[in-house]
Amino acid sequence: MQSRERHSGIVAGRLKPDALAENFTDLHEPLADHEAQVAADRCYFCYDAPCMTACPTSIDIPMFIRQIVTGTPKAAAQTIFDQNILGGMCARVCPTETLCEEVCVREIAEGKPVEIGRLQRYATDTLMAEPAHPYTRGEATGKTVAVVGAGPAGLSAAHRLAMLGHNVTLFDAREKLGGLNEFGIASYKSTDDFAQKEVDWLLSIGGIQMQSGQKLGQEITLDGLKTDFDAVFLSIGLGGVNSLRAEGVDLDGVDDAVDFIAKLRQCDDLSTLPIGRNVVVIGGGMTAVDAAVQAKLLGAQNVTMAYRRGKDRMGASEYEQDLATSKGVTILYDAQPSAVLGEGTCSEVVFEYTAEVDGSLKGTGEMIHVAADQVLVAIGQTLLGAPEGLTIEGGKIAVDVFGKTTVENVWAGGDCASGGDDLTVTAVAEGRDAAMDIHAVLMGEG
Amino acid sequence: MADLTSEFCGIKSPNPFWLASAPPTDKEYNVRRAFEAGWGGVVWKTLGEEGPPVVNVNGPRYGAIYGADRRLLGLNNIELITDRPLEVNLAEMTRVKKDYPDRALVASVMVPCDEKSWKDILPRIAETGCDGFELNFGCPHGMAERGMGSAVGQVPEYIEMVTRWCKEATGLPIIVKLTPNISNILLPAEAAKRGGADAVSLINTINSIASVNLDSFSPEPMIDGKGTHGGYCGPAVKPIAMNMVAEIARNPETRDLSISGIGGVTTWRDAAEFLALGAGNVQVCTAVMTYGFKVVEEMISGLSEYLDSKGMTSVAELSGKAVPNVTDWQYLNLNHVTKAVIDQDECISCGRCYAACEDTSHQAISMTADRVFEVMDDECVACNLCVNVCPIEGCITMKTLEPGDLDARTGQAVSSESSDWTKHPNNPSFVAAE
Repeated sequence: MQSRERHSGIVAGRLKPDALAENFTDLHEPLADHEAQVAADRCYFCYDAPCMTACPTSIDIPMFIRQIVTGTPKAAAQTIFDQNILGGMCARVCPTETLCEEVCVREIAEGKPVEIGRLQRYATDTLMAEPAHPYTRGEATGKTVAVVGAGPAGLSAAHRLAMLGHNVTLFDAREKLGGLNEFGIASYKSTDDFAQKEVDWLLSIGGIQMQSGQKLGQEITLDGLKTDFDAVFLSIGLGGVNSLRAEGVDLDGVDDAVDFIAKLRQCDDLSTLPIGRNVVVIGGGMTAVDAAVQAKLLGAQNVTMAYRRGKDRMGASEYEQDLATSKGVTILYDAQPSAVLGEGTCSEVVFEYTAEVDGSLKGTGEMIHVAADQVLVAIGQTLLGAPEGLTIEGGKIAVDVFGKTTVENVWAGGDCASGGDDLTVTAVAEGRDAAMDIHAVLMGEG
Repeated sequence: MADLTSEFCGIKSPNPFWLASAPPTDKEYNVRRAFEAGWGGVVWKTLGEEGPPVVNVNGPRYGAIYGADRRLLGLNNIELITDRPLEVNLAEMTRVKKDYPDRALVASVMVPCDEKSWKDILPRIAETGCDGFELNFGCPHGMAERGMGSAVGQVPEYIEMVTRWCKEATGLPIIVKLTPNISNILLPAEAAKRGGADAVSLINTINSIASVNLDSFSPEPMIDGKGTHGGYCGPAVKPIAMNMVAEIARNPETRDLSISGIGGVTTWRDAAEFLALGAGNVQVCTAVMTYGFKVVEEMISGLSEYLDSKGMTSVAELSGKAVPNVTDWQYLNLNHVTKAVIDQDECISCGRCYAACEDTSHQAISMTADRVFEVMDDECVACNLCVNVCPIEGCITMKTLEPGDLDARTGQAVSSESSDWTKHPNNPSFVAAE
């Protein structure tokens, strides 16, 4: 097939299939046995380890690393999964550079932390390759729980509830389970269909009935679920996206980055996926980086990621920013979009430089034009379709520390709920903790 | 540049680094290459009596202990003395010595414990032009079952007897190689001295089982499902060897014996430590079995640099330098008070010192919520464990209190007088002066 690298506009097949395959392999190769031993041996087995405190799911990191050192990676994985049943995905997608590895004492001492994320993957991959699921269900309680949304929070809650002996029904609006793990993460972080494999592995504990294609507010309602189930856990994520307020956003070629990433994740043949020659990504979070990097990997010639504030304020970590620039993405700081120009389809984006004056962001009047035959907007997601009756706080379903909403027998967690960062690992922790609270309440201990 | 030439019980060599009698010195090919690499001397792999040579096992001979990144810390072997005919070894030794007259070539010997065996073989070996003999009274495995090696080395009377025969049989220097598989190293050393030995070399390998195969339930190295104890060597045995060397060096009966230090010498620093404790030279094996002959270059450059930095001009100047400071516990100054000090700028807050002190020592380190670790002088007995477990070199140090300073733990001022257990009132043997 002829490569179409230099074609203008949004076209498919910019790169040859082998180049695409190469671009979308694992971002980090898995550690081989000896590499894992050497990496694990660097851990100091700190007292009351800072890494463990930094982990939203409180994995006993020094312990699992010690278990790797002593040649028992399956035991290491058990240590991880006891706290975080999605430890496999978290090993791949966690921004470890701002969590466990940031506070590793070796990061402080040498600027080179123990490779906790890669070691976690080594351990979890080992155990997940075993034929048997490592957990069994507890004695049946006869209680039923509806979990709405099969993303990280929902999967985590469902697994824990099933383990505790409850009968779980897991609803999801889409046909495919996994939520953001399946639809929202850069594909080089979850290669080889890992998200689906992980879902299948997790569900193999049993006791979890799946109901896909069931959207809250349409096929199912909270009132209905409250009637049919002893408890409800809502983990519906953030279904809406913030739209750009600038002239020209209706032009063809202006797309939503979340949709772009989801399409890419579901695409079986990346050479059929169209991408612009000059791509502009607007936003400064992880979604923006994921979109920008993948646009580049698909063969876009120029990818500019524009963020309205400075480097320090960017939602994406420094590590992620470096990743983007290493892949050839240009990052434009302190620039806010003022207009998208073009005749029917977009051709350029006009940005105005910004400066912070007395704590508020102001345009400086200085403009810059960036060529763009495709614009991907990644300026945040919003809660959509939250059922009536729930208290909403700061755009999210209000919950207490146990994940309880203001409605009786309804809990919520993950990105849709208040509290915690919008991270996979945080969602897993919230799902797990809500499950424990649901259990306590249902069993009359709460 | 310091002069590294060495004269050990009359045997000259260009440096004090010899290869120990072991697999690396089993044949001409190896020894020539060792000399080309720069080794000062070689103790040829132990020769046995004439006739059919011993045989070795045909499975694994070595077992190992590893540190991080498979760094070999200890090696164990069940190899016997040379399994090549005596004539072949003698012919090769002759050729090698002729081509390398400036290097030390010492013959290690192990024959049955009778006068004729020893007195017959030494003159024959001497014809090779070798510079001396090392009597192998050390090997703990295999040969010991046949009444040789450590079976002799564990009976001081035998050592004395065989050494005397050997001194009668040859005018060349006799080095007696000692086994550490004994409760008091001074007894065999003194026996060697009485027998007329010019030197002792130590340690030979330590009786050991390197590992157990947890699938087949056999010691390793494993031969057809079974294993036997072997000789342990390498960096792991160095502390044991150094203590034995120092004991001989400071013992009035043996202090004038030359000592060849053996046991885990891997770097110039290891060698310097053995020398300081009274060794006249060192012998190396495991380090070359791990890294090859080339390591001697680092030993030479390192020792030379060290001697220069101390203003010493020869190896002899370093030899024995630490011996006067090796003493008995009872003579240690009990009025010497130190306290651990944590350098907060160096501390990386891993908390290992805290875990060690809190769980296993004297609860003398405090920890704050934001992970600041500090020594509590009123609890610190200065055990040094925090220093040892701290991953950052130099972060925790021991501060010596000056006379007159308050020891917060005892509430007493530090005395300017040195005082030890022999003068302590709690010592039942101490009688206070009237």
